[in-house]
Amino acid sequence: MTNVLSLVELKGIRKSFYGVEVLHGVDFKLEPGTVHALMGENGAGKSTLMKVIAGVHLNDGGQVFIDGNEVTIDSPSKAQELGVAMIHQELSPVLEMSVAENIFLGREPSRSGFVDYKQLYKQTQELLDELKIPLNPKAKMKSLRVADQQMVEIAKAISQNAHILIMDEPTSSITDREVESLFAMIRDMKARGVGMVYISHKMDEIFQIADEITVLRDGNLVNTWKVADVDYDTLIFNMVGRDLKEQFPKVTVPIGETVLKVENLTRQGQFEDISFELHKGEILGFVGLMGAGRTELMQCIFGMTRPESGTIELNGEKVEFKSPREAIDHGIAYVTEDRKGEGLVLPMSVAHNTTLAALSDFVSGGLLSAGKEAKVVAEQIKALNTKVHSPRMAVKSLSGGNQQKVVLAKWIITDPGVIIFDEPTRGIDVGAKAEIYKIMCNYVAQGNAVIMISSEMPEAMGMSDRIIVLSNHKYSGELKRDEFSQEAIAQMQFKYM
Amino acid sequence: MSNQPAAVAEKKKGRMTGKQFASTYGSLVALIVLIVVFFALKHQYLSPSNIRNLLRIASINGLLAIGMTFVVLTGGIDLSVGAMMGCAGMYSAYFAQQTMGYHWFVAVLIGVAMGLIIGLFNGVCIAYLKVPAFVGTLGSMSIAQGLTFLITKAKPIPGLTDGFKNIGGGNIGPIPIPIIVMAVVLIICFILLYKMKYGRYVFAVGGNLNAAHVSGINTKRIICSVYVISGVLSALAGVITTARVTSGVTSTGDGYETDAIAMVVIGGTSLAGGKGRLWGTIVGILIIQCLATGLDMLGVSYYVQLIVKGFVVIGAVMLDGLTAD
Repeated sequence: MTNVLSLVELKGIRKSFYGVEVLHGVDFKLEPGTVHALMGENGAGKSTLMKVIAGVHLNDGGQVFIDGNEVTIDSPSKAQELGVAMIHQELSPVLEMSVAENIFLGREPSRSGFVDYKQLYKQTQELLDELKIPLNPKAKMKSLRVADQQMVEIAKAISQNAHILIMDEPTSSITDREVESLFAMIRDMKARGVGMVYISHKMDEIFQIADEITVLRDGNLVNTWKVADVDYDTLIFNMVGRDLKEQFPKVTVPIGETVLKVENLTRQGQFEDISFELHKGEILGFVGLMGAGRTELMQCIFGMTRPESGTIELNGEKVEFKSPREAIDHGIAYVTEDRKGEGLVLPMSVAHNTTLAALSDFVSGGLLSAGKEAKVVAEQIKALNTKVHSPRMAVKSLSGGNQQKVVLAKWIITDPGVIIFDEPTRGIDVGAKAEIYKIMCNYVAQGNAVIMISSEMPEAMGMSDRIIVLSNHKYSGELKRDEFSQEAIAQMQFKYM
Repeated sequence: MSNQPAAVAEKKKGRMTGKQFASTYGSLVALIVLIVVFFALKHQYLSPSNIRNLLRIASINGLLAIGMTFVVLTGGIDLSVGAMMGCAGMYSAYFAQQTMGYHWFVAVLIGVAMGLIIGLFNGVCIAYLKVPAFVGTLGSMSIAQGLTFLITKAKPIPGLTDGFKNIGGGNIGPIPIPIIVMAVVLIICFILLYKMKYGRYVFAVGGNLNAAHVSGINTKRIICSVYVISGVLSALAGVITTARVTSGVTSTGDGYETDAIAMVVIGGTSLAGGKGRLWGTIVGILIIQCLATGLDMLGVSYYVQLIVKGFVVIGAVMLDGLTAD
């Protein structure tokens, strides 16, 4: 036994799926009142390890201690009994119900068999006040932002007396300002003695919030450090097992003639009076707060919506796309923000996803040419270094980075002159990120052009030749590469707020 | 537990696990077991005449189930197939009466046209006017039944031409014409679904409508088209049935939609769309028909058969759920 009682202690945890071991005897400790960051590339075993504590997976080998007692956590309800709560990356609240009903779902205060709403709202209000969450207990979940839904989820965990909180990439879909309030809450939890495991890919966040950092690689524990004893480069090196000289392999390419010219493009309430030009060889960054209208603008350029006014010129020719098909045929590609929602057909294979947007190229005499398809797919897998067992495997079983490469391959074979990337590396691990950036650079080096929407400041500044900032649906300003600074961009983002 | 090492060994050789095997071939194994059991109990079960008979009936249900497979693959459902079948049958019977003096081919075309029109109506409502498939086809089920009564006045249509009756009862060589029609349709549908762009788009639309749209697929047209296919194949089934019973009976097609859905589901196609296989539907068709014929031969009453069928459908889907990853 250890002399200081850890909240969680894992010893030699092993877990196999279908005879393949994914955790090879991992040790892990969580101390009270600390934030312990868990890092590693996708597939390193972070989520699997945490799901062992959360009762989703039962470990095949090793020991689990909670509050110093050895336990077998064979169900999520057992985990809850032990005070473990996991906030999943994708939240699943009951959207039609209120905040209060969500928090007390399944354990509503009742009087003679009926739900006691007065008591329900009162208890919820007390809980929210205590946690300093400024939300109305009667508000419907669907009216809340993702960040607030997350707060509700945390409040729910606390109300269940959870003192071990696991957060799986909690900031992957919230804005910078919302991250601040989440962190305030995390600090508050720390003061209460709650121990938190924080899974994230975002380095700057980790260094802000974590006390300890554990890195996993390929199902093995690499090391655990106090946050003061480790730096950025060491972490990266340990995560990928190789030295990533440059996180952003930006190659400067001579800027050529104008490819895309957008003038006064408007859809009221989405984007208003937007004008810009995009040149050959250029990566043009689009930055703005969530809801600033960046995605809506790109959807319009790609033919998913029609502009109310304004014009789009492509290679000097005015275009009015009525569907994505027309945009694709004119050489525009759109790597959407929501990979699973709009990028991939998850039940289909890697091969079939890859050729989906250019399927006409594989038809001869009305029939699909399986040989030609297989050849092109194999070429793309090789060119993009996509890790697949077989092109016939379902795309849903790939990691985020490899899924994104399948989406890229799909667009590359449509032979576009302009690719729009909307949050190209969201939810992707460090190693794969660098590869995506390289693909982007190679692509513009061939005389093409890229528009990149990014909410990650280092990425936007690291990769772009020019950055356009939108603020509250309007064009707020533009910066050249030598003018980039966090402060300047932040100011522009808030210009019309 | 005991099959764990076996599963590992299989994995090493790059073969599928027991679970995957059960999920992919479970229904096929069930079909073979079914045939073996019935053959053991009654040897006539596999006599040429019984097989011919079984396949002839199966081909009518089969046409509906194949059309339904396209619809279900897009994530939709078509409740109007039975009603379209009856409607197409009656309109073709009306024009196939000896007193009308039309060639059988004209009668067939009119029947198929009815299916095409109602199917197109379904497709337009669902794809372009955003009516949920369940509601849209429920409505057109009623519409098709009404159209049937309008032309028959609820009376049978007698005195069909021999040329028309031949479609249902005739043979080419030793093979009944309905089986030949079914085989041709099957081949066309296999090519459509697996060898052409169209089929890939059907899977994509059912698997992820938004991703299909962003990839430049005209998703509305694809959705509309599957209901047209379902309508045309239902009509073909209706024409064949009418020709087979040698007079137009208004109740033709009643309740066929449930069997068609059952066959598709037994075949492993997901009602959520995007996942499924045409050969699975063929197995589903044969399971339902082999069961019905076998139980008939054993003298099991129709009422008991209904109960058995219900359990088979639920059991098949349960198996699918249990073996899914």
